[in-house]
Amino acid sequence: MVEQLSPLGQAFRPGSHGNFANGVGVTLSEIAPGSIVQAAAWPGSEKKMMAAIASVTGLKLADGAGAGAISERHAAFGFAPGKFLVTDVFEGLAAALAGQVGPAIGTATDLSHGRTAIRIEGPKAEWVLGKLFAVDFEQTAFPIGSGISTVHHDIFAQIQRSGADRFDLYVFRSFARSFWKMLCHAADEVGYEVI
Amino acid sequence: MLITCPYCGPRDVSEFAYQGDGNRTRPDPASTDGDAWHAYVYERLNPAGPHNEIWQHAGGCRAHLAVIRDTVTHEVSSVRFARDHGAPAHVRRKSGAKA
Ligand SMILES: [Zn+2]
Repeated sequence: MVEQLSPLGQAFRPGSHGNFANGVGVTLSEIAPGSIVQAAAWPGSEKKMMAAIASVTGLKLADGAGAGAISERHAAFGFAPGKFLVTDVFEGLAAALAGQVGPAIGTATDLSHGRTAIRIEGPKAEWVLGKLFAVDFEQTAFPIGSGISTVHHDIFAQIQRSGADRFDLYVFRSFARSFWKMLCHAADEVGYEVI
Repeated sequence: MLITCPYCGPRDVSEFAYQGDGNRTRPDPASTDGDAWHAYVYERLNPAGPHNEIWQHAGGCRAHLAVIRDTVTHEVSSVRFARDHGAPAHVRRKSGAKA
């Protein structure tokens, strides 16, 4: 595999930034999974697609919009009717899923180089994201493991809650640096650490 | 204005793209009925009140939705997947009909 360069480039500045007089509000990082795959089931084949995801990743998705699950190695969540985002720490997930998903069930599209995965974690994570997206980030409305699709202006984002105060954001690679800068600005007033 | 997407839940209108009047019936592409094409392309009910509309949740799940929106109050009284239902039948009227 070709070594993948981060699209964040010089905008990725490790260290503490902003107003962290009262502690660090959020930690920002790029999680760079080896695989990011979009799995799309034809109408009526959703259950078979969920079974294929379970057999490859071990993640069992509940029924219902946006349902998802996470493990040390994988993440998966529904982001649209019959459509799922699935990730793997390692490369090769697209081929593994395609092996389980025949053309009668749906498609598995490798987006590993097309999306950038950004993690925001900390006591102010909900608050910072609330500045950017018109979505309820409270844990009652947005439980751990579940995911959504939304936009910040024209930047499409898929967001999974991967912990009580942790969210993983998937944005188009070509918008990633701009989005990252905006996220840093949004986090500035609560203090943020880039790791 | 909020539209409650059947998949995503209530979202700001800025996430949605208007795809036009939901009352239209597209003539058969082979049709040479000029009146039918004229009605499809140009005639609109333009009601002051509930209106069938097609919206796409372009900044979300990207599903096409059949929406009933009140043109006076912007109240959205029904949102369904267009692929399941098409335009709501119970208030569907012939394009060009008197309100
Ligand atoms: Zn939606």
